[in-house]
Amino acid sequence: MGWPLAVSAALMDRTRGSLYRALLALAVGHLLAMVAVLFPFSVLLFLAEWQRAIQTGAAVLLIGLGTYLIFNRRHPRFLARVPPSRLALWSFLAAMAHGAGLMLVPIYLGICRTVETDAGHAAASDLMAGNVGIASLVAVVHTLAMTLSGGLFAVGVYHWLGLRFLTKSWFNLDLVWASSLVLVGVISLLVIH
Amino acid sequence: MNLRPDPTFHATPKLAMEAPAETLAFTLMLSADGSQPDGLAVIDVDPKSGTYGQIVHQLIMPNKGDEFHHFGWNACSSALSPLTGHAFLERRYLIVPGIRSSRIYVIDVKEPLKAKIHKIIEPEEVFAKTGYSRPHTIHCGPEGIYVSTLGGGGADGTDGPPGIFIMDCESFDILGRYEMDRGQQDKHYDFWWNLPRDYMVSSEWGLPPQFENGLVAEDLLSNKYGHKIHFWNLRERRNVQTIDLGENHQMALEIRPAHDPAKDYGFCGVVVDTTNLQGAIFTWWRKADGTFEARKTITIDPRPEKAENLPPLLQGFEAVPPLVTDIDLSLDDKYLYVACWGLGEMHQYDVSDPMKPKLAGKVEIGGIARGAKHPNGKPFAFGPQMVEISRDGKRVYWTNSLYSTWDNQFYPDDDGGQMVMANVGANGGLELDKDFYIEFPKGYRSHQIRLEGGDCSTDSFCYPSV
Repeated sequence: MGWPLAVSAALMDRTRGSLYRALLALAVGHLLAMVAVLFPFSVLLFLAEWQRAIQTGAAVLLIGLGTYLIFNRRHPRFLARVPPSRLALWSFLAAMAHGAGLMLVPIYLGICRTVETDAGHAAASDLMAGNVGIASLVAVVHTLAMTLSGGLFAVGVYHWLGLRFLTKSWFNLDLVWASSLVLVGVISLLVIH
Repeated sequence: MNLRPDPTFHATPKLAMEAPAETLAFTLMLSADGSQPDGLAVIDVDPKSGTYGQIVHQLIMPNKGDEFHHFGWNACSSALSPLTGHAFLERRYLIVPGIRSSRIYVIDVKEPLKAKIHKIIEPEEVFAKTGYSRPHTIHCGPEGIYVSTLGGGGADGTDGPPGIFIMDCESFDILGRYEMDRGQQDKHYDFWWNLPRDYMVSSEWGLPPQFENGLVAEDLLSNKYGHKIHFWNLRERRNVQTIDLGENHQMALEIRPAHDPAKDYGFCGVVVDTTNLQGAIFTWWRKADGTFEARKTITIDPRPEKAENLPPLLQGFEAVPPLVTDIDLSLDDKYLYVACWGLGEMHQYDVSDPMKPKLAGKVEIGGIARGAKHPNGKPFAFGPQMVEISRDGKRVYWTNSLYSTWDNQFYPDDDGGQMVMANVGANGGLELDKDFYIEFPKGYRSHQIRLEGGDCSTDSFCYPSV
């Protein structure tokens, strides 16, 4: 998300280093947003007997956000108040506003469930540590995947494709994204029950 | 909302220059005495068309006395910044304010020959939501549509300073004032910005009592019109620096930053220097420490003239001041066009080195005590005023009216509205096109021009040309 900002930063500063610095800032912001959403859930998982209810709740939340984004297609104006020099902050807020962290919750909860088949026997502290570890892993893997794909676009546009590619490759995916939030929520509900 | 970015949005000024040429122009028509409603003329500027150089559609407003002046688009290339999230807006609506009535029209030009009014914002709403009046310059930017105003509250617009307000770029609702800390700014005219560097520059004309009923000579001679430019932290909405150009530099009007955002400089036109009647251009720039500086880089001398040939306002001076009323910069940041509305001249400066502009071309048309005719032999009332350059930089269009009451003071014998076009030579130079001459319907004068798909004073770019 936001890879054109990295291209802009590199072109404005006339140095390739700015491209990677910007990508890093975007990745850090995104990672923090993932962590901010996933960690509370990993703490909630401490209540092991409520696991099913938590998963259901997360799925419903996701469907709710997706539905909201389908009908409210306006972009949050507070994102436009973030100065271009604060890319990590922008990335964090953008990920929050789009529900990118929430999207990972059902996946994360699913992984936790398969790992902890005999969770009942584990000590509470181990369980917590394990959940937090998995949450971190999910957040890191996701952020790496996103940064890598965005980074490829940024590097490609900066070095070879040129800025004409920016307008050619840019599609309005708002509706697709909102629908996929709903879809993931529905699938996870089906899997739980 | 589009599925793809609007094809008229361009990442860089260079890409905008390579885009297809304009085929239509939109020009505002104003009824100087308010006897007819103002309107929008759609003009065919496609040389291959059978109706080339003709007004092909007119949209006349439902109210009288608006006094149309400047206008702008609902969306431009600035939408391509991912920071704003507006990439899929359509460039479809013209936002047209009346500077006398404070009414704002939103005109849908998706089908230009069937242009229609989409929304009208009544003056009371502008007053109530902003405390400002007399809306003027329009720019689309990060938070929506920014509108500068010339007046504050109250009947004569002097209750509080004028400023900028923001409109939603989709619903066109007025969201409220822009400024959080205006510093010394107490007058307003134009503004523009550098989006990636996150700063804005604004200028000053005068307060409504200083212009609505004509130029106030005593105020001018006592240097009471605007002479400062203000620099703002765009997103913090804070005035970070004010530069006084010197109180003799009366009326600092158009702000034209370099289009390429990697360049940290721009220009500002000054109407008249009260010590010698010169017109002037200042170059302003941002220094490495983030502060700004400005220096006078162009002066244009007045022309001596016998008192009997001059309007009463100028007789005591026995000279025609150049009156630099509008300037415009080509998208490659190479040529600055300077309208000398008093002299009746359009100057073209090569500003490749922004600190050392060189006069590269000049056209004479109209003018006080000169009235130079168009090459087709027809008259040109007043002088060259609002100027607009095609994206490719090859054609320069302009109209002739400054502001109803000021037209009458400086050109008491003239009336009428014309729009002309000049071709730019491959290595500079400027020549009026004999075949392009628009005469507006009787009773109408003409003001700002907008070109289909964006032009050199609408679009802001988020990426540098490489």
